Amino acid sequence: MDLQTWIWLLVGITFALYIGIAIWSRAGSTKEFYVAGGGVSPLANGLATAADWMSAASFISMAGLISFNGYDGSVYLMGWTGGYVLLALLLAPYLRKFGKFTVPDFIGDRYYSNVARTVAVFCALLVSFTYVAGQMRGVGLVFSRFLEVDINTGVIIGMIIVLFYAVLGGMKGITYTQVAQYCVLIFAFMVPAIFISIQITGNPIPQLGFGGQDANGIYLLDKLDGLHRDLGFAEYTSGSKSKLDVFFITAALMVGTAGLPHVIVRFFTVKKVSDARKSAGWALLFIMILYTTAPAIAVFARTNMIETVNNQEYKNMPDWFTTWEETGLLSFNDKNNDGKIQYLADTSKNELIIDKDIMVLANPEIAGLPNWVIALVAAGALAAALSTAAGLLLVISASVSHDLIKKMIKPDISEKGELVAARLSAVVAVCVAGYFGINPPDFVAATVALAFGLAAASFFPAIILGIFTKKMNKEGAISGMIIGILMMLFYMLKFKFDWFGGGTKEDWWFGISPEGFGTVAMIINFIVSIVISKFTPDPPKEVQEIVANIRIPSGAGEATH
Amino acid sequence: MKKSDQKKYWKTNLKYLTVLLTIWFIVSYGCGIIFVDELNTIRMGGFKLGFWFAQQGSIYVFTILIFVYIRLMNKLDKKYNLDS
Repeated sequence: MDLQTWIWLLVGITFALYIGIAIWSRAGSTKEFYVAGGGVSPLANGLATAADWMSAASFISMAGLISFNGYDGSVYLMGWTGGYVLLALLLAPYLRKFGKFTVPDFIGDRYYSNVARTVAVFCALLVSFTYVAGQMRGVGLVFSRFLEVDINTGVIIGMIIVLFYAVLGGMKGITYTQVAQYCVLIFAFMVPAIFISIQITGNPIPQLGFGGQDANGIYLLDKLDGLHRDLGFAEYTSGSKSKLDVFFITAALMVGTAGLPHVIVRFFTVKKVSDARKSAGWALLFIMILYTTAPAIAVFARTNMIETVNNQEYKNMPDWFTTWEETGLLSFNDKNNDGKIQYLADTSKNELIIDKDIMVLANPEIAGLPNWVIALVAAGALAAALSTAAGLLLVISASVSHDLIKKMIKPDISEKGELVAARLSAVVAVCVAGYFGINPPDFVAATVALAFGLAAASFFPAIILGIFTKKMNKEGAISGMIIGILMMLFYMLKFKFDWFGGGTKEDWWFGISPEGFGTVAMIINFIVSIVISKFTPDPPKEVQEIVANIRIPSGAGEATH
Repeated sequence: MKKSDQKKYWKTNLKYLTVLLTIWFIVSYGCGIIFVDELNTIRMGGFKLGFWFAQQGSIYVFTILIFVYIRLMNKLDKKYNLDS
């Protein structure tokens, strides 16, 4: 069978599967819509959380980023997994015991204040919208490259699928489609990795393979370090970012991960506190499989790519080279007119520009793997993008129908009315996300980093202090959240968008990049919250009792309004 | 549950958290970032050790830490009859 047939077949089968699950698991109540009825098993929740968390960025972009940045790419690996330790140890069990539907629910009730709730809703919406636009864009990219449809048609097809199962099934539908999506995406990620690992090193386990030797008995990483030195790049295993910046970026990504509302809500869907802990363990185990394979793919892809193109005749390039040239993600400019490709760190002499995002998608083609493997990668990338998009859309719709309408605007709304409102806001959210997918703002990449920074600077301190100190009051938490967000926004706008006079790398405070600034904003949030709370009245007795109560796991009961 | 038991339970939990989060910090920020250059002088097969911690080892340890915490807390819950 040819490649196109394989792709349509695999994408078709997986889409039919997701729709089938959606019809089987329709949500009948708000509880099913928001938290899947609260009876999801820890294993299923772990699988769903892994798919929810691993987005188009993890599947498509991350290995490429590591491939180009070498050691510096470690910030994503440690940052996006280390956050789960914080989630499992410091957040998930207590939030599950608290037993509400959303993150703003916790903030609003713990800090006995609708101002706190509103700030939390604002942050949740901002974080989720910036994130979801990137996912829809990923869907469009995969469709346009592999299914040869227009990128906009691709986004619309993706929208219809997500709309179908998110609106119909709510959290219940999303949970079980995410379980299926995890299986599709992990299979799609691992198969090419194993193939290539055997090809290059003879070892079927990629995690060991990239520390192994090539056919000539040279260690692969030494070879790559050598290639990098020859071409003028920083050594692959050393990187070029400052140690301080690597530290701060890693911390911002870890804490941001632990503060992301679409990840936190997944822990509301299990029956009891011990199940919340177990889900976090399963989730990280399933994430670990992909995250420890990604750096191996990065090394294989980088070595293969440099050896295939560098100093080779342009006219002898394989088919994939021309196909990717057509998408504009790969471009060659023969500056010295010798008909050969020179790939160098020096931009004045470099003749080849490669977009990081194509490394994972083109990898099977570069390695000459069979057609069905290439088709599988397309289906996997779609699974990764759709599962995350659905999780984010649910947070958006719950923020509107539950936190805004039910809790603030119209508390007497009926169960049925709230469910209708939840579905309607999901529809609106999908359309907005689709709009941004078709007309992506230039700053999508920048705003994804902003999403983590914002989550780190706002939610994380408020939730931690809400659990681990009884005396934290609304005055402290609200001022901490507001100052944290404003600091983060200011720094990002200044250095990413040139507002407030702009600035360059030299002007960064203490040499910390905007990506790492979330850590600074988080620390400031903690300090402001603690200082202000010392000078303002203690929280009411009932609230202090709630805090004592969430620390004890028994009697978690069911999630309620 | 008695007030004094609640206090003891919480104290033990905090003790676990401190120990596990210290390990969490050491493998990632310690081995993967702060002391990465020193560890890179040690080799483990084709890997420089610091690089391995940053891109592999830390992630394995994170996962193990969560499962250790699950075990410890399940035992603690049982001890205080909170596992219902």
